Amino acid sequence: METQSRHFKENVAAAILDDDLKGAMSKLTSALRPKRASAVAGLPEFDQLRDHGIAIRMHTLDHIDTYLAQFEDNVIANGGHVHWCADEDSARQTILDLCRQHDVRTVTKGKSMVTEELGLNTFLDSHGILPLETDLGEYIIQLRGEHPSHIIAPATHLQREQIAETFRQSHTHLDADRPMDTAESLTEEARQELREKYGAADAGITGANFMIAETGSTIIVTNEGNGDLTQTLARVHIVVASLEKIIPTMEDAGVLLRLLARSATGQDMSVYTTLSSGPRRPGDPDGPEAFHVVLVDNGRSGMIGGSEREMLRCIRCSACLNHCPVYAAIGGHAYGWVYSGPMGKVLTPSLTGLDQAPDLPNASSFCGKCEEVCPMRIPLPKLMRNLRTKQTEMKMTSMRQRVILALWSQLASRPALYRLVTGTVTRILARIAGKRGAFRWLPMTGGWTKMRDLPAPEGGGFFARYNASRKGDH
Amino acid sequence: MTTSPKKSNKKVTAGLFVTCLIDAMRPSAGMAALRLLEAAGCEVIVPENQTCCGQPAWNSGDIKAARVAATPFLDAFDACDYVVVPSGSCAGMLAHHLVDLFEGSGDLHARRQAAAIAGKTYELTSFLVDVMGMKTPPGKTTARIAYHDSCSSLREMKVISQPRALLNAAGADVVDLDKADTCCGFGGTFSVKYGDISGTMADDKATDIEAKDPDMLVAGDMGCLMNIAGRLLRRGSAIEVRHVAEVLDGAMEASPIGGLRDSASQNPGN
Repeated sequence: METQSRHFKENVAAAILDDDLKGAMSKLTSALRPKRASAVAGLPEFDQLRDHGIAIRMHTLDHIDTYLAQFEDNVIANGGHVHWCADEDSARQTILDLCRQHDVRTVTKGKSMVTEELGLNTFLDSHGILPLETDLGEYIIQLRGEHPSHIIAPATHLQREQIAETFRQSHTHLDADRPMDTAESLTEEARQELREKYGAADAGITGANFMIAETGSTIIVTNEGNGDLTQTLARVHIVVASLEKIIPTMEDAGVLLRLLARSATGQDMSVYTTLSSGPRRPGDPDGPEAFHVVLVDNGRSGMIGGSEREMLRCIRCSACLNHCPVYAAIGGHAYGWVYSGPMGKVLTPSLTGLDQAPDLPNASSFCGKCEEVCPMRIPLPKLMRNLRTKQTEMKMTSMRQRVILALWSQLASRPALYRLVTGTVTRILARIAGKRGAFRWLPMTGGWTKMRDLPAPEGGGFFARYNASRKGDH
Repeated sequence: MTTSPKKSNKKVTAGLFVTCLIDAMRPSAGMAALRLLEAAGCEVIVPENQTCCGQPAWNSGDIKAARVAATPFLDAFDACDYVVVPSGSCAGMLAHHLVDLFEGSGDLHARRQAAAIAGKTYELTSFLVDVMGMKTPPGKTTARIAYHDSCSSLREMKVISQPRALLNAAGADVVDLDKADTCCGFGGTFSVKYGDISGTMADDKATDIEAKDPDMLVAGDMGCLMNIAGRLLRRGSAIEVRHVAEVLDGAMEASPIGGLRDSASQNPGN
């Protein structure tokens, strides 16, 4: 998927004015924040579980080559195939080749962010293969020609009325006057539309929440059951997963799954947890005839030894998005690529290049809520600051910022001069402000004064007053 | 955070780090912090050599500029038992980031100084309560006060109960905001660089505050206070905005932050 992250500021300007988006974001945060809080409160060992989960993920990253090789051996032993893909081009081509090899014309898809990275739907479509998204949110945005705005709730930017309108325009074979005023009616309609498509599809493509080295299995969790239908009813099951989803054992999966659902939706477990361990065996009542895992690097191996390494322990729960006040203000599309919110601010520049997403690591107030709720305790503000430091070192920041900071630091390192300058400036500003006590506008403060007044300084500075008071004492 | 004052006749020496925002914008809050520390029984030192902790440059990723700015700071507080900061954000910088800033600088002395500062830095209200054991502040008020937690106070300095306890002891009716742990949108240079996002966050905070109908919005960080006051003023709100030190000290000689000034309240330092 082509990144639009360079246009972050324009995207934000449009998002801020979108009342539908504001309403949708408010519903998302007011629903998910309390759910996570009560799930965490209900599990006294949550913090120990986090420590355990972090240890699993960091250990795996240290030995990722070994575990991936073990995973491949076990997939092959189960009768499946593993395809290693360095970048999005090779991953797309591999998936297309697999489709052609198995004479695939239509595919159903379970939600997969990695296939969003690859822009897979557009690619398959352009090669005569019809992809159909089966996750409700993904299905809605596919009908609308949009991209996901949230990693687990792809259509969270939409209000119910907008979805009803989309269904009316797309499902033209249904009664135009049917009532569609409840979430249930919309879900039921999507369910009926999708139900018949599963059996008719030649291949099912899913992502993987985890890949288990010791068994060669992949796991997906869903709340709709669409993942099960996608991968069991089609002739061919293709799993597309990025390298860092690997974990050593089934027991490790137990730890991480307990963290994942609680952090994401406040559930103890997602409704469906589905394991895939190869194609149908003789005597199995169902399952695909062929099982392929497409392992996608697409920038991950470059992060393993770098300063953003800790980002690779992310389990894609979305807690950081759900709790981020910036995400709540602008929604997911403004970030311009597959990943949004705090995790996207680190992942997008790490995977696509800082030059492609220069604003993302900067557009944070560093409030720290993301790190607080992250089940993997990823130090997201620290990682964003690291990226800002890289931008400074690579001279990617504006000349204006560099000059201002250099002058300011020189001034701050000379206390007497500093006080002379700040004392004079604040005295002048206080005089200009007069009785009003605040400015509606000042030169070069547009970013601040567009929505806020700027309180005026009292004037003169602390040390003038402090020194005067001390003279008064003696 | 349970360090006891030294058990000797010698007074605890508290070095007041005024912070650049209080120095430039709100000297009244700095003077109030000074009087509060004296009231708590400290010998207060206000080192002349302080300007800024380097946080604006550090958070902008400009390590070189941050080191230059923070260098005079390193030995300014050598003589003090504690560094006390009327700001959770600057306290967080000293307690948690200064060591990182000088790590890799090759200057072992600077790194040791940074570590020493980190070990003796407190946010003002937490110092008054946790170290000096203050129960009742000098100031008295009956105002209905909404207290805003700055993110750094809350998450880096773990300050939650201390300001509320002191405000309650001063007689205030302290109300909690529904979204008390949500950022007000200040974030230093973020507030200017991403004014749309920051302003929207400030607006959400203002809505949350107005819903409680307080007389006064009080916080311990000038950045948040300027941001919130700025948005409240733009919305036409009459809620007074003040630094917690002013309320606890009780002098309140200055007009509220951003508020109308009458001639009597013009500061005496001019």
